[in-house]
Amino acid sequence: MADLSIDFCGVRSPNPFWLASAPPTNTGDQVMRAFDAGWGGAVWKTLGNPIVNVTSRFGGIDYGNTRLMGLNNIELITDRPLEVNLREMREVKRRYPKHTLIASLMVETKEEWREIIRKAEDTGADLLELNFGCPHGMCERGMGSAVGAEPKVLEEIARWAVEFATVPVIVKLTPNVGDILEPGEAAVRAGVPALSLINTIKSIMGVDLDRMVPLPQVGNASTNGGYCGPAVKPIALHLMGQLTRHPQVRKLAISGIGGISNWRDAAEFIALGATSVQVCTAVMHHGYRIVEDMMEGLSDFLDEKGMKSVSELRGRAVPAYREWGELDLSYKLVAKIDEDKCIGCQLCYVACMDGSHQCIHIPGRTEEESRRAGHTHIPKELPNRVVTAKAGTPGARVPFVDNDECVGCNLCQLVCPVPDCISMVELPSGKPSETWNDRVAKGTDFVPGGLDATLAARKAR
Amino acid sequence: MEQKRWELPPGRAEEGFEDKKPLFTLAEAVAESNRCLYCADAPCIKACPTAINIPEFIRKIGTGNVKGAARTILSANILGQSCAQACPVEVLCAGSCVYTGWGREPIAIGRLQRYAVENTLPKSPNLFQARPPTGKRVALVGSGPASIAAAGLLALEGHTCIIYERKQIPGGLNTLGIAPYKLKGPQALKELEWVLSLGRIELRTGVEVVEHATAPGQLAASELLSTHDAVFLGLGLGADSRLGVPGEEGPGVEGATHLIERLKVEPGFKLEGVKHALVVGGGNTALDIAHELALLGVQVSMVYRRSEKEMGGYVHELDAARLDGVRLVESRQPVEVVRKDGKVVAVKLAATREGKPVPGTEELVPTELVVMAIGQERATQVAKAFPGVELDSRGRVKVAAATHRTGHPKVWSGGDCVNGGKEVVNAVAEAKLAVADIQRHLVGE
Repeated sequence: MADLSIDFCGVRSPNPFWLASAPPTNTGDQVMRAFDAGWGGAVWKTLGNPIVNVTSRFGGIDYGNTRLMGLNNIELITDRPLEVNLREMREVKRRYPKHTLIASLMVETKEEWREIIRKAEDTGADLLELNFGCPHGMCERGMGSAVGAEPKVLEEIARWAVEFATVPVIVKLTPNVGDILEPGEAAVRAGVPALSLINTIKSIMGVDLDRMVPLPQVGNASTNGGYCGPAVKPIALHLMGQLTRHPQVRKLAISGIGGISNWRDAAEFIALGATSVQVCTAVMHHGYRIVEDMMEGLSDFLDEKGMKSVSELRGRAVPAYREWGELDLSYKLVAKIDEDKCIGCQLCYVACMDGSHQCIHIPGRTEEESRRAGHTHIPKELPNRVVTAKAGTPGARVPFVDNDECVGCNLCQLVCPVPDCISMVELPSGKPSETWNDRVAKGTDFVPGGLDATLAARKAR
Repeated sequence: MEQKRWELPPGRAEEGFEDKKPLFTLAEAVAESNRCLYCADAPCIKACPTAINIPEFIRKIGTGNVKGAARTILSANILGQSCAQACPVEVLCAGSCVYTGWGREPIAIGRLQRYAVENTLPKSPNLFQARPPTGKRVALVGSGPASIAAAGLLALEGHTCIIYERKQIPGGLNTLGIAPYKLKGPQALKELEWVLSLGRIELRTGVEVVEHATAPGQLAASELLSTHDAVFLGLGLGADSRLGVPGEEGPGVEGATHLIERLKVEPGFKLEGVKHALVVGGGNTALDIAHELALLGVQVSMVYRRSEKEMGGYVHELDAARLDGVRLVESRQPVEVVRKDGKVVAVKLAATREGKPVPGTEELVPTELVVMAIGQERATQVAKAFPGVELDSRGRVKVAAATHRTGHPKVWSGGDCVNGGKEVVNAVAEAKLAVADIQRHLVGE
């Protein structure tokens, strides 16, 4: 059994699964139930000056039969009295000394920061997380993402925090910036040992077309909120990946956040450089109980890969994250359709025809019929195959791939509803490996017919 | 045009039947439509005789465009409402769904179709706009699905349609003959009224088309031909066939379609003193009446002269009937209906070999009701009244396959009287072919 415990800039945690600062960490009762369920740590719902919340405050996006593919909220920091939160935090830490308790903080002035850090540390919190990410409500007051989007301000406040704090400080970043490296580097300059990201993404969840009010609706109006949930995972992975391959920033501990719903998502974040992960939407959807599967799944995965600890997984995929110019232009894939698995739905065909390069054909057509359907290239050889899908209803036609034309884009595989029916096969391209950067270096990045060629031709005239 | 309403009396036996496939709720419809793969070149479309673009209408339900879904359905099949309930989807669209071949539950296409149409027509009956009047008049004989579909499509083209129906209750088999757990009479009539609302369609009930009119309520075929620009024969089938065995005449022996009709329209219908019933036949009508009787609490045995494998009825219908208690007796044939004081008390069954009774194998099976479901006679007399209209050796009206035109240049035909007894959806498909040709004939399009 792999060791799931982690060391997050000197703080031990029984496992990498933490609850993000949000409604699931609103009270001591909740956090203790979460720890009982197996969560390794919890970032308490952000402490600060008292606020008043609105209703409604959540909006959801469904896709097909999937509920809550994305969630957004316009909730602010805790609306409970500070003393109550602090008392409960102290109680949680007393009863769960081995679990990781993180205080999330958001205040305005230097004095307020000094004061709230002192009070948070008094509870026994292991770490402090500076909420520089909240993209709604607090940023208009000069806090949250207003700080995260302004590297100089971020650096200054983070420096105060490092100065005042005796426990490690995490800076929580907002994705609502042009370049995530700017706040990342500012945090490095401020001397913080850790980052967490992403906070939610500015969003409008939808529009109520009957009332003509954006969602979530508050009376007859709405405002932009913070987007999270499974839909934001790719964005979060990208932003974190940017930071973890940065030579300075990668030295910090990173807590990955954004659409993590299961052990596989968590493993992906860790492989891209996270030490711990924070979960919120999945718990708001399904409850604390999901952590049981997360622990078991990650543990079995590590065993299967022969890794003894989470730290062995950490950052494994970082070196393979490259600039586009470093990718091999000679690498060639083509799609292959498994006739035994095809059910004849023709989704690959229509996707390739309208959405890609018209290289999937339906057998049994004449050249004339193929041209009328929109094919500009007719394969040299039309396979003479039984026009039936073995796994489909009788008479279903299995499409075939024109290997010479297939650009290997992957779209057919992505739309195919049958697992492993369409695979992408490596074909030798016959060319040596070469990247765009290689071509630029060799001066062979000239494309015949390109803009430069036109320019040169004009000059010669 | 005055809008007529045909009310069926209350207290009919069919009112007590529950829907086997009730109307989906919004949540059910959306969940099911999102399960559809939205196949290109979809096999379900090819399996539908009217070629409804099924993936397209299902996708529209999923996006909340329910009205558009109904428009897609009804522009391909004007009787999309009754077909949604009466169609054997298990062997047509859903039977060819790619999920079926993949070993998964097929999309509930019929129920989605029902959801789209039934939720649209009451709110938005004006989905289609009839073209300006052409002044042409088309007569339609019989008011079953073939004629209703043809009349609706012709009316949309701007022609005036007059439907002549012999019975007082219109709709033919749609109103009177579909198993009540699938489609009830009032639902069929509601659909009929919607079709009538599409344009200039007049429905005259209680008018019998004959060769020579001799009584009030009769109309000569020649007169019909001389006063209309085209005639469509949607005659359906005739009375239930009889076996011709001793004891068959008299109370206690019923024809299947006649009995189904009584269940559907006769107020206060009761099966008094009937604990057991014997249904003779192996087709879908036999299965329907057997299933209906079982749902009414009668112990039903179906007697079929050949084996289960050779039955004409659908497997899914037999399975469903068995679940409700119907027992199938294979390779047996009644040779006599036994009566006591005039009442049916038993049937003498003989074992059969290759469909023929074997002498000396008779046994007595007690029963109080015998239902004959061994086919129906053809409505040949009406068709013969039109000169040039020919019948084939089995009494079916002969038509050109592509146009459904008969031997008379002004007469077209479709539905059961042509195909010998198929589904509502086949009647609609045949009506579409006939209408396309009538349209060419009337306006040269």
